[in-house]
Amino acid sequence: MKQAFQSPSGILLALILAIAFIGPLLPLADPLAMDVAARFGGPSAAHPLGQDEYGRDLLSRLVHALRSAILISGGAAMISAVIGVSVGVVAGYVRGFSEALSMRVMDVILCFPPLLLAMLAATLYGAGPSTLVPVLALVFVPSFTRVAHASVMTVRGQDYVDATRLMGASATRIIFRTILPNIVGPLFVQFSFVVVMSVILESGLSFLGLGVLPPQPSLGMMIGTARSTFAQEPWLLLAPCLSLIVLVLVLNAFCDHLRQLFDPRRESGA
Amino acid sequence: MSRNRENMTVTQSAEHPLLQVQGLTVGFRRGGQWNDVVRDVGFSVSGGETLAIVGESGSGKSVTSMALMQLLPRDNSRISGQALFRGIDLLQLDERQMERIRGDRISMIFQEPMTSLNPVMTIGAQIAESILTHRRIGKAEARAEALAMMDRVRIPSAKSRYDDFPHQFSGGMRQRVMIAAALACQPDLLIADEPTTALDVTIQAQVLDLIKELQAESGMGVIFITHDMGVVAEVSDRTLVMYHGDVIESGTTEQIFRRPAKAYTSALLSAVPRLGSMTGNAVPTPYPVFDIASGKLREPGPRPNTLREGPPYLLQVSDLSKRFAIQSKLLKRTIARVHAVEGVSFTLRQGETLSIVGESGCGKSTTGKLITGLHDRDEGRVVLAGRELGAIPAVERAHDIQMIFQDPYASLNPRLRIGEAITEPLRIHGKASATEQREIAASLLTRVGLQPEMAGRYPHEFSGGQRQRICVARALVMKPKVIVADEAVSALDVTMKTQVVNLMMDLQQEMGLGFVFISHDMAVVERISHRIAVMYLGEIVEIGPRAAIFENPRHPYTRRLLGAVPVPDPARRHQRGAAVVTELRSPVRPPDYRRPVRRYLEISDDHFVLDSGEDWQ
Repeated sequence: MKQAFQSPSGILLALILAIAFIGPLLPLADPLAMDVAARFGGPSAAHPLGQDEYGRDLLSRLVHALRSAILISGGAAMISAVIGVSVGVVAGYVRGFSEALSMRVMDVILCFPPLLLAMLAATLYGAGPSTLVPVLALVFVPSFTRVAHASVMTVRGQDYVDATRLMGASATRIIFRTILPNIVGPLFVQFSFVVVMSVILESGLSFLGLGVLPPQPSLGMMIGTARSTFAQEPWLLLAPCLSLIVLVLVLNAFCDHLRQLFDPRRESGA
Repeated sequence: MSRNRENMTVTQSAEHPLLQVQGLTVGFRRGGQWNDVVRDVGFSVSGGETLAIVGESGSGKSVTSMALMQLLPRDNSRISGQALFRGIDLLQLDERQMERIRGDRISMIFQEPMTSLNPVMTIGAQIAESILTHRRIGKAEARAEALAMMDRVRIPSAKSRYDDFPHQFSGGMRQRVMIAAALACQPDLLIADEPTTALDVTIQAQVLDLIKELQAESGMGVIFITHDMGVVAEVSDRTLVMYHGDVIESGTTEQIFRRPAKAYTSALLSAVPRLGSMTGNAVPTPYPVFDIASGKLREPGPRPNTLREGPPYLLQVSDLSKRFAIQSKLLKRTIARVHAVEGVSFTLRQGETLSIVGESGCGKSTTGKLITGLHDRDEGRVVLAGRELGAIPAVERAHDIQMIFQDPYASLNPRLRIGEAITEPLRIHGKASATEQREIAASLLTRVGLQPEMAGRYPHEFSGGQRQRICVARALVMKPKVIVADEAVSALDVTMKTQVVNLMMDLQQEMGLGFVFISHDMAVVERISHRIAVMYLGEIVEIGPRAAIFENPRHPYTRRLLGAVPVPDPARRHQRGAAVVTELRSPVRPPDYRRPVRRYLEISDDHFVLDSGEDWQ
């Protein structure tokens, strides 16, 4: 774990996380406070990055948007990891009917394009984070199930699992104490990929107005509304775009780094 | 054939050897540092001559051959020295020039016939490809030559198998294909890197014979890399012994076998299992231990027999059967069954070692898994320490039977420190406090010849032999009555093998353990067993006391198995009869197959042989 953050991408990610979570505690302007008189105001001491079309502080909005992007996608990834891994591990270990059933259900979920599924849910249950998180979680469950299932299949064939069975260990003990520790590598990598995907999907939905509800700031929504005033004030569009690009690139680089760390050929061991 | 070769050796080696290597040093970069793994190696090979390079894993024998062929990654390896091949220094050639030599003038065959063929190309195409790469001839011509090559390596019905894919061939046949591809361009020098290590003994004997015959036909030089002194005695004219990257001894094979100059060579030779070395010994006897420091061979003292006659039996197995269904893809109907184990019966007494021998696919490992309860049996009864196997709860069964697996790398959980791995059963059963666990781990580690301080390390920090001792320690922690050892020493180097076998025999002496020792290695089996069961296609074809099986084998398959074991004595190499080209038959049967009624004939007291009728006439 230590090694994971001892890399350029790890340091950058730590920095972004720090900004997103400590940012709201800093003496920044209220991201929701409007000041229509000073709309499109340029950078000043009170508003380092300027003001948007309602005169709200851009820097403060970016920090809050970053925070909600990370919370929503991180939370969704967490939920789908818990569900997906449990289903995958049970399917891979128990086999038989439960395996066939759960893997086919996952195939059905995979058939829906993620964006369409999310739009459907948002229309049915209304937009907002309380719909967004479960929908994102549902969309990514199959990816975890498949990775967990495949890894369990490899590990359960190893002699040390048979050896543990011969010691008289119960199925639960074998799953939690023998198999799970040996498949965390690929699962961890999958988790970081899913976070990246959720960030992209979340901003896409917010861009369409199906994600985070206004006036709460979100990167996708900020990009969406700034389109109309692009000619007048290009920076309002560029700033959230750049933030999104940096976030995704850093997360991607971090994923690659993690994947290398867990590569079995590295003989990572401990 | 042999006279022919001697003539050639004399005439050619005197004038100009085919390959002359001097001062070959190979280094690898690890981190920022250069590590020499092969130091100052020198040898020469003439046409028609076979040079064996012997050593245990890590001795640098394979690296030497890879360096000669320039197959090592150029960016993190460093090669110096000289390797004159017909007057050209191989080490000075660039990649383009080397490509013209590789496969054409010098060919190589590798250990793993399963992975060294391209799975998506037909056998014939792969042989033809190696011809087409080096010669400007038409496709039809290449096909004809490839067919001729397949005939030369004695692949039966070559014409009809030309368009088969590698997975349709058995391991031995694949190695023949590899040899055909390697020899297709009639190279002057063949480098064979452990070509028979992955093969069964009867198949190994056939492949060794084949290489010798082809060498006699074409007069090529052969460099034979192996760890098996038995194979060395069988094939090589001269031998080079490597240890940790240095050549420690070289000379004619006869010299090395008769008067080894270095203590390590003697140790290696003393570790070679010799069939027949136990004749006249009533009880299993540990290997003599070679003390490298004093250079003396320490023979084990006489031993009391650990076997206790008569009941209570540790294991009573009767009519055990296991079949695996092969299902059709679409409708999941059973289209055939693998009859892995068929009507197997035996008993194991206290302090007894029963060996189950046979070649791959004979059902010996499945039998092991059935009696430990890892597989469910289809038919038959297993009575373990007086109780029906199915009636014993898993938790209690752990006190009765434990297992040691073949692959010491796969049988230890990579995420557990070895101290934890050894005491894991105690935690499962909630038997001991943390301090007690530490004490038990420490004492068991000492018992299997490791240091107690090692308890905190992870499995990947240990060698194969050490890991296998750890597995032995783990099997012992529950104080079981029976231990099933499934090919437990097959993956180990010879010196490690003798140590683990001796350890197992000492433990049997101390604790009165019963062993079911599953192995394909007849020489180790002869050392360790009280009784032996020979399995073929899922059935026991012969079972009896060790002396009876080795001195009076009755079943044709037992005889074939014994006859195929290499004799580690160069003087006796031509005594073995030519092996017939055979393949192991498969135990796959149609769904309506009924096993014919089998009869066992009692040859002498406790020695039974299967009356298999016409199959073996």
